Amino acid sequence: MSEAEIKSLEAQFDAKIANDQKIEPKDWMPEKYRKTHIRQISQHAHSEIVGMLPEGNWITRAPSLRRKAALLAKVQDEAGHGLYLYSACETLGITREELYDQLHSGAAKYSSIFNYPTLTWADMGAIGWLVDGAAIINQVPLCSTSYGPYARAMVRVCKEESFHQRQGYEIMLSLCNGTDEQKEMAQDALNRWWWPSLMMLGPEDKDSVHTEQSMKWKLKRKTNDELRQQFIDQTVPQADILGLTIPDPDLKWNDEKGTYDFGAINWDEFWQVVKGHGPLNKKRLDDRRNAWNEGKWVRDAAMAYAEKQAQRKTEAATAV
Amino acid sequence: MSKEIPLWEVFIRSKNGLEHRHCGSLHAEDAEMAMNNARDVYTRRNEGVSIWVVESKNITASSPEHSSELFEPATDKVYRHPTFYELPDELKHM
Ligand SMILES: [Fe+2]
Ligand SMILES: [Fe+2]
Repeated sequence: MSEAEIKSLEAQFDAKIANDQKIEPKDWMPEKYRKTHIRQISQHAHSEIVGMLPEGNWITRAPSLRRKAALLAKVQDEAGHGLYLYSACETLGITREELYDQLHSGAAKYSSIFNYPTLTWADMGAIGWLVDGAAIINQVPLCSTSYGPYARAMVRVCKEESFHQRQGYEIMLSLCNGTDEQKEMAQDALNRWWWPSLMMLGPEDKDSVHTEQSMKWKLKRKTNDELRQQFIDQTVPQADILGLTIPDPDLKWNDEKGTYDFGAINWDEFWQVVKGHGPLNKKRLDDRRNAWNEGKWVRDAAMAYAEKQAQRKTEAATAV
Repeated sequence: MSKEIPLWEVFIRSKNGLEHRHCGSLHAEDAEMAMNNARDVYTRRNEGVSIWVVESKNITASSPEHSSELFEPATDKVYRHPTFYELPDELKHM
């Protein structure tokens, strides 16, 4: 294809997206669009999968059968989210094995928040409330993103997320209505998860490299700073209902702007965790690799079984 | 393992009276395992009363490059639509 032809295809492509038309797997797309989408969708899928680990840590120690059933269902949903997203990503011409390889080799990223430890039961409450809460804010705009398979996966994901946040908040509520010790546990969890949750919404706009292009492709509808402000504004009143204190002395309502002002975020910590030096980066990847390697015999057995069944079928057919 | 686990397309009928609709895809070694996985991945909240799984390689899809020759011939056949026919306003029940 000549350069002029590609230019005209690109112009048509941009116009299509600007008109809110969707791009589907077999449509022509610029190479950069394909690559960017593979990167973002796979990162998103990896985050769902690695995100099961911090909560999986508490399934066997949930304080009641009700809590255990809910947590189990939530973690199972996250596995589902990972699967929807991997499938969407594969429509761009990359295999599942390649995607897993990228995760297991450390080449691909996942959300840095999952590199923090879950020390107490209250962390299950704080994660559902804050981490799923921040995820929802990120994900809702993606339901109308330009790539069809990604948008459809996000619609399914968003339908399921609201239960995640509500079950987390309910855990916090019970702890805050419990003994002093239980309430302290809830406050401690909020103290540890608050700042990583704010970081989860991404670097500040002035340091964010992809924003403009991502806006054009509707991979982003709002900037990181806008999303963060939205998260803070909706979460502070929720903390008030719990009777908990947001661990930010600079947090205060700004009447003029109609939003909360908040303190400086420790971006050094964020970049340290992104670069692999968070509290549990190594353990998370080791756990993923072990799960993959130790599950190999199961995948091999399933494949051998399928082949044997198919063979029996053809033998039975020819014997007649 | 050298062999890739096959890809399947999943179609769900959400309730009797409605058609099966494509809802996504998954990997499974054979049809039976694809069916079990589809139940777990796509119907955790009563989303369906019936599931079809079809191995993706068995689907023949039209290509966007042929869209015009396939679909354009229908665009100038306005006489296939009821609004093409000019009838008096006082005509009822038609
Ligand atoms: Fe999720
Ligand atoms: Fe979730």
